[in-house]
Amino acid sequence: MDLRSFSAIHEHVKNGRISCKEIVDHYLSIIEQKSHLNVFLEVYEGEAKARAEEIDQKIQQGKAGRLAGMVLGLKDVLCYKGHHVQAGSKILDNFQSQFTGTAVQRLLDEDAIIIGRQNCDEFAMGSSTENSAFGPTRNDANPEHVPGGSSGGSAVSVQAGMCTAAIGSDTGGSVRQPAAFCGVVGLKPTYSRVSRYGLIAYASSFDIIGPFTNNMEDSALLLEVMAGADDFDSTVSHQEVPRYTQSLQFNGKVRVAYLKETLESEGLHPEVKSKTLETLQFLQQEGHTVEAVDFPLLRYVLPTYYLLTMAEASSNLSRYDGVKYGYRSFQTANMESMYKKTRTEGFGEEVKRRIMLGTFVLSASYYDAYYTKAQKVRKLLADATRKILKEYDFIVLPTTPTPAFKLGEHSNPLEMYLADLFTVQASIAGVPAISIPNGTDVHGLPIGLQVITDLFQEDKLFGFSQYLLENK
Amino acid sequence: MVDKEIRDKYTIVVGLEVHAQLLTNSKIFATDSTQYGEAPNTNISAITLGHPGTLPKLNKKVVVYAIKMGLACGCEISRYNIFDRKNYFYPDLPKGYQITQDKTPICLGGGIPIKLGNGVRKTIKLNRIHLEEDAGKSMHLEGQTETLVDFNRAGVPLVEIVTEPDIRSSEEAYAVLTEIRKLVKYLEICDGNMEEGSLRCDANVSVMRKGAQEYGKKVEVKNMNSFRNVQRAIDHEAERQILLLEKGHAILSETRTFDADTGTTAAIRTKEELNDYRYFPEPDLCPFVVSDQWLEEISAAMPSLPQELYQKFVERYELPEYDAEVLTDTKEIAAYFEAICLQTQHYKSASNWIMGPVKSFLNESGITMDQFPISPDRLAELIDLVAADKVSFAIASQKVFPYLLQHPQMPAAQAIEKLNLKQDSNTDNIKPLIAEVLADFPQKVQEYRQGKKGLLGMFMGEVMKRSKGKANPKIANELLRKELS
Repeated sequence: MDLRSFSAIHEHVKNGRISCKEIVDHYLSIIEQKSHLNVFLEVYEGEAKARAEEIDQKIQQGKAGRLAGMVLGLKDVLCYKGHHVQAGSKILDNFQSQFTGTAVQRLLDEDAIIIGRQNCDEFAMGSSTENSAFGPTRNDANPEHVPGGSSGGSAVSVQAGMCTAAIGSDTGGSVRQPAAFCGVVGLKPTYSRVSRYGLIAYASSFDIIGPFTNNMEDSALLLEVMAGADDFDSTVSHQEVPRYTQSLQFNGKVRVAYLKETLESEGLHPEVKSKTLETLQFLQQEGHTVEAVDFPLLRYVLPTYYLLTMAEASSNLSRYDGVKYGYRSFQTANMESMYKKTRTEGFGEEVKRRIMLGTFVLSASYYDAYYTKAQKVRKLLADATRKILKEYDFIVLPTTPTPAFKLGEHSNPLEMYLADLFTVQASIAGVPAISIPNGTDVHGLPIGLQVITDLFQEDKLFGFSQYLLENK
Repeated sequence: MVDKEIRDKYTIVVGLEVHAQLLTNSKIFATDSTQYGEAPNTNISAITLGHPGTLPKLNKKVVVYAIKMGLACGCEISRYNIFDRKNYFYPDLPKGYQITQDKTPICLGGGIPIKLGNGVRKTIKLNRIHLEEDAGKSMHLEGQTETLVDFNRAGVPLVEIVTEPDIRSSEEAYAVLTEIRKLVKYLEICDGNMEEGSLRCDANVSVMRKGAQEYGKKVEVKNMNSFRNVQRAIDHEAERQILLLEKGHAILSETRTFDADTGTTAAIRTKEELNDYRYFPEPDLCPFVVSDQWLEEISAAMPSLPQELYQKFVERYELPEYDAEVLTDTKEIAAYFEAICLQTQHYKSASNWIMGPVKSFLNESGITMDQFPISPDRLAELIDLVAADKVSFAIASQKVFPYLLQHPQMPAAQAIEKLNLKQDSNTDNIKPLIAEVLADFPQKVQEYRQGKKGLLGMFMGEVMKRSKGKANPKIANELLRKELS
């Protein structure tokens, strides 16, 4: 039996041909087998087994929820009551969440089993999962290579079959980019589609929770369960949640745009380019309209994204000061040294870099030049993107400029930031985007294809992406 | 002390920043209780402590309260509101930033009318009123090296009322604070208690030569825990600045703290050390819009304000200004007065009763108007009985009123019956008493008739005594004069 997707086993679970207990045991053995990938920061072995037994009973009584049999991993930025959560950072050493976030609670309410928390870049800042206080996670396609980031652990867990699906977060590509590097499906929903309550903040106006899965049905199902209004998050959308699981059929012809600048981009890997072109050709052959669109603003995408996310992050991470919880330096003589030493010792290099740059961006003398300007450019970029999406159903582009790079390959932060070049556009505009597997390079490293559509059109996105997966 | 002559060369310029804790049951962005005086760190939650993953959720009632204050001060109400983050590090600030309103204060403009001791009236313009959350409290315990933090207060809703630098003396500052406290209490949005910190005030003080075009460098003075201390702090600070200028020194823009024991101020930080608060829009909260309908609803639910009641008391009830001032001091007293006036036409008598026996009783027993046992209807009965000569004011206030305080359910007329204090206006009953008195004091009668008119009081006293206080004094007086003439 293939345990790599929920849609494949759902019926068997319901009919009792396989128990949740057996499913959990299976995943636990894979996790054990592949511990060298450094995916899980903690495995909730006993707890998952106990919960599996409970749910098995519920199944027998016919009272099980929609996700009975689904075993999930959580990126280490999602709050789960009574469990440690530390955003891959030393500064949250020994911190346990006192509540369960809304999205996770909704999954639990439908009888999902949570098997553990997963490694990620510290505070979701990174594109390789190398910026974790717990060491890097490795790509299962080739452990010499990174899994992408920041949700690297979650991507690999699904790639390596350690759980049915995993829940990550995407601020500028942190779900889509590792999904591409690991050859799985990674969804970034519309900003505000899923409550952020219980998601440790990196950059509040970009952050969104999204699932990693091995197929489209599971992605649709997980979003359907997690999405929707929430009393604990005033920024969440009140728009009704469609039945995404009923939206996987695709008929008719669509209009697809590709951005000339992305395919002409300097750093674009030739194999990534050719795979993307193949897809575009396929679509053309199938009678869809495929047109090149100019997007000269592409070069403003990364600076805008980094200025704004760093500004928000510098404020969001101020709470980690050693006063109330988490790590506090013992080498402190007074209040100021408590702050300085705690934060110097508790945060990693990349996090400190972004806090300092963000503090600079918001400082009185530079606020208008950087923050205000970047907000204006964000508006322009969002408008330009939405304009394309008014004329076309989808924008298709590579998820990343290259396949997974080697561990330690990008020591220069600017080089690392370029890994997000194609993913940040959707984050800036708040529109939904998905990364789906699009073959591999000659070394067997996965390549991802990204599909972007307009706000709250996830149903369309699922249908079209499913069509691409099935037919290519 | 500076000579008056020197002081008179300068104009004192003061602006106030008043923080008022709003009387909501729960905090501005969380459901924890706002109850004052609980054990430390009991009114807290993951949201209040800024745990990772938490988000603020706006308590709408806070907005209503702020709008009420704005309407009472004649402010323009902002329709599109965003919150901003004010970033700074301090252990009692759980998130490392305070959620406040920087760019779009909920109320703009407006003013506070004040009346000074010399009767001069003036309106102090407001710059703005905005919403924000309170911080926790750091507690530096005597003899301990560690500082403890109590987060009960963190997230308690505040309005910050910021005046323009329109205030020209500490007396004016005192008057503005008094009016603000009166207003928030009338609106029932803040208990106005400075000792418990539910009303706090910082003062920006500067001085300039009379007739100067530009304000002097301003100094922010903090840590005054009473209106009186605000007044002292301003007086001291202005004097300190004048002395410096007189000696040819410059004033430093700085923050100073007031020491109530010495009555002086001391520097705590200079402007160079001032924080750059890095304000930016709070991305965790949606902008909120005050719709026409919402504003109308709030407007319609506004209680009468002291200024309106003052006008009404002077115009409709024809009270002297002094009476109107006293009766509008608190909402409860004004309401009690109005309730009496629904039952009786003797408005001035009602005012006298409240300012006299009622207030004395409240003061003596240390209770407030809302705890006063006699209902306005009952007191109105008594007022009418006095006016109808059924009982004298003296008897009513000295005998009936104390009895009613013990028997608040009893109608006033019945109480008078019971005490057998009904005023006697029957001349047939009074005349024999007068005859008796005159017969008993022939010597005095003779002296009176020879011109010692002052003896009338003595005769009246005797008559009243013999009537056990019940004789109608007006009638007794008339009859007595007639008999003596």
